[in-house]
Amino acid sequence: MSFRLEPRTHTSLRLKLAVSLLAALVALLVVAVPVLLAGGNPFSAYGLIVQGAFGSPFALSETLNRATPLILTGLAAAVAFRARLWNIGAEGQLYIGALAAVLVGSGLLAIPAPLLIPAVMIAGFLAGGLMMVVPTILKQRFGADEVVITLLLNFVVILFVQLLIEGPLKDPLAMGWPQSVPLLAEARFDKLVPRLRMHWGLVVGLAAALLLWLMVRKTVLGFEIKAVGENQAAARFAGIPVHRTMLKVALMSGGLAGLAGVGEVAGVKFYLSSDLSPGFGYSGIVVAMLAGLSPIGTVFAALFVAAVFVGADSMSRATGISNYLADLVVALSLLCVLVGSFFLRFRVRYQRPALVGGR
Amino acid sequence: MGGRTTAGLAGRAGQSGEHDKGATLANRQAEIVLSLQGITKRFGPLVANDGLDLTLHRGEILALLGENGAGKTTLMNILFGHYVQDEGSVRVADQILPPGSPGAALAAGVGMVHQHFALAENLSGLDNIRLGTEPLMRLGASRAARRKIERIIAESGLEVDLDRRVAALTVGEKQRVEILKALYRDVRVLILDEPTAVLTPQEAEGLFTVLRRLAANGLGVIFISHKLGEVLAVSHRIAVLRAGRKAGELLTAQADRRAIADLMVGKAVAEVRRSAPTPGKALVEFRKVSLARGVARAPLTDASFTLRRGEIVGIAGVSGNGQAAIAALLSGLAVPSSGQVLLDGTPITSANPRALVAAGVARMPEDRQHDGVVGTMSIADNIALEEVRGKPFARFGLLDRKAMRARANAAIAAYDIRCPGSDTEARLLSGGNAQKLILARVLEREPRLILANQPTRGLDIGAQSEIHRRLIAARDRGAAVLVISEDLDELFALADRLLVVHAGQVSDAGPSAALDRGSVGLLMAGQSITAPLGVPA
Repeated sequence: MSFRLEPRTHTSLRLKLAVSLLAALVALLVVAVPVLLAGGNPFSAYGLIVQGAFGSPFALSETLNRATPLILTGLAAAVAFRARLWNIGAEGQLYIGALAAVLVGSGLLAIPAPLLIPAVMIAGFLAGGLMMVVPTILKQRFGADEVVITLLLNFVVILFVQLLIEGPLKDPLAMGWPQSVPLLAEARFDKLVPRLRMHWGLVVGLAAALLLWLMVRKTVLGFEIKAVGENQAAARFAGIPVHRTMLKVALMSGGLAGLAGVGEVAGVKFYLSSDLSPGFGYSGIVVAMLAGLSPIGTVFAALFVAAVFVGADSMSRATGISNYLADLVVALSLLCVLVGSFFLRFRVRYQRPALVGGR
Repeated sequence: MGGRTTAGLAGRAGQSGEHDKGATLANRQAEIVLSLQGITKRFGPLVANDGLDLTLHRGEILALLGENGAGKTTLMNILFGHYVQDEGSVRVADQILPPGSPGAALAAGVGMVHQHFALAENLSGLDNIRLGTEPLMRLGASRAARRKIERIIAESGLEVDLDRRVAALTVGEKQRVEILKALYRDVRVLILDEPTAVLTPQEAEGLFTVLRRLAANGLGVIFISHKLGEVLAVSHRIAVLRAGRKAGELLTAQADRRAIADLMVGKAVAEVRRSAPTPGKALVEFRKVSLARGVARAPLTDASFTLRRGEIVGIAGVSGNGQAAIAALLSGLAVPSSGQVLLDGTPITSANPRALVAAGVARMPEDRQHDGVVGTMSIADNIALEEVRGKPFARFGLLDRKAMRARANAAIAAYDIRCPGSDTEARLLSGGNAQKLILARVLEREPRLILANQPTRGLDIGAQSEIHRRLIAARDRGAAVLVISEDLDELFALADRLLVVHAGQVSDAGPSAALDRGSVGLLMAGQSITAPLGVPA
């Protein structure tokens, strides 16, 4: 008995959805084992996760709040990966975006109040974008690997932010805590619902997803990005400016990650600190992969990941099972989706034992 | 199984007199070394191989002919165990090969020389031959291996310097190393996939001599090719595949070009006729153009030539002698390191494919899958690829999908691109249909200049003559056409005038009507560049 793999010529949407659901199911089944080992009941644990993520207006708000930066960093990864530009630096770009927001929005510059929010967003977008444009130029000029550069830049940026919030940007009123001066009230995002933490950053994320989807589907730029990503040689031969297109992608990708940082500062914390992001930049890669790099899918993948983390915290408080379970669920889901994408590309064929004759 | 005779297998294409010749061949080749029976392979709705039978005898050279998509590659992949057939069996000598096991095929003595060599460039010929068969570090093995290889060389005439690094070998020598690699494994069946694509006519003739000698020593050879001339020259028997089936099988001694061509396409092929050219003003002028290595695979040195409206100029040469540089310059991928390329009197000063396209240059790239189409994009997208920014495909940066689809549907109809529809991904097209897509893309604008780089490489005769017809029609309309090809038959059929490149130098060989293959072959090999043969002074 043996199995053979053959490439598929066509993959239907139904198959894609079925494989995604199956992947999530398998991940949950596997995670049931450590839940049992920890002395818990998988069904009630999962039930508590769902309840903790969606069970009350407060829970839902927390989940959406958590999803907001993930949507943006997920889109940052998705748009870059579609063009085969490997941006692993969303974490650093997020912090640089947040830093730009603080520089522009905390009263250091005299900007009229009504323009503060647009100014904060544009500054964050450009700062994040620049953080990706520079590695892309280095790649084009010198063949420097953008994976290494963007990954290592994350640490550089976070150390730089620490330097600033311990020094020139340190808030003198923060009782010695290493945090920056706060944003002016006019530079902050409004709450979507009174007394709940979710804020207008969520709308920014959803709008960005929609715009990206339109760009991919409807615009010349989206067409050119696809051509460059799928076959750079043919794109170049056809006269599509490969380098310029890549730079646009880099600006968008870094900019979206920068916006994620703006959202966290302007919508949640109002100041910059070195614990602003618990790895939203890296989780964005997971989100984008779970979504199959689809802009709309990214929204749902971000919601899933956010729900698992928020729900697992609440489940952990109720049962005493470690909330590391959330990492397990997300990591296994990603693995299962990756395995699933393999089956989307290949068909498995079963074959009977071969007859070896003629002896 | 051995009871079958060649005459009995000669198939429906046989003619009178077949029996006598068949009988003599049958005596010599009684032993069947390879037999494929009822091979059927489906990919979804596509039937790539449909009940194929094929037999190869000891000491026989069997030519396997067929267009791209006819099922040759699939059949060879099944034989090699890369694919698993849905039905049928592969038998080498007396042993049925387990499906899907390349190891078993190798062990049974099937060797293959691919079109693209699989050699480690930094190792010597000797090490390359041993690579994969035995560990290179084993003490003493090298000497035994050398003795064995030297014996094979003496028997076959595959002369090659075993101690040179493969990177320093010529293409012909590399191919010999590939063949030696197979022979070193004591193969019974040797498969050569388009072996002459990279050779000069003289080198190809040398290869044929080797193959004949190997066959005389009892090796069974399968020779895959598109070039009828060489198939007729080297093979004993010809099997023609068409649309996954065996269209016919005939003894070479009784075959003629027309009959085979008709078998390949399944209908009578119209000979492409070419009237005398009426060249007009110069359109493209190369003035002492040099292009350093790096931009293209091989440099171009002080090339000067002119291309006039209303003529087809062919560039002959062994691949890698400067053709890529000429193509890059006329495709807008490079500008000269020195000298000038004039298009209609204006020098091309920036590497800008879009500007060239806008200036009326149609460009057909050498490697259509790599440079010509984006495989994962649709036919409609690929047809719009060069002009996606302008009308009618886009307005204000937004795509007009309807216009793109309309253009694609028109092109599919006009150029007979065989596909399920304009949404089909380009990677699913066969080579010929991909080339027709590119042709449709570039000819739509009634270009002034057409650069056709290997326009029909790997295409069946039907698609070939279709593309030739279109190029000649464009010439008659007044376009200048530059054809770069490794296929001399194609150049003689198409070109009004021939240029020959060798080692980055371009020489004008003159009107093709006054030339013969031999003299062009000598020029291709770098002899008497200054005084071309066959041209009256």
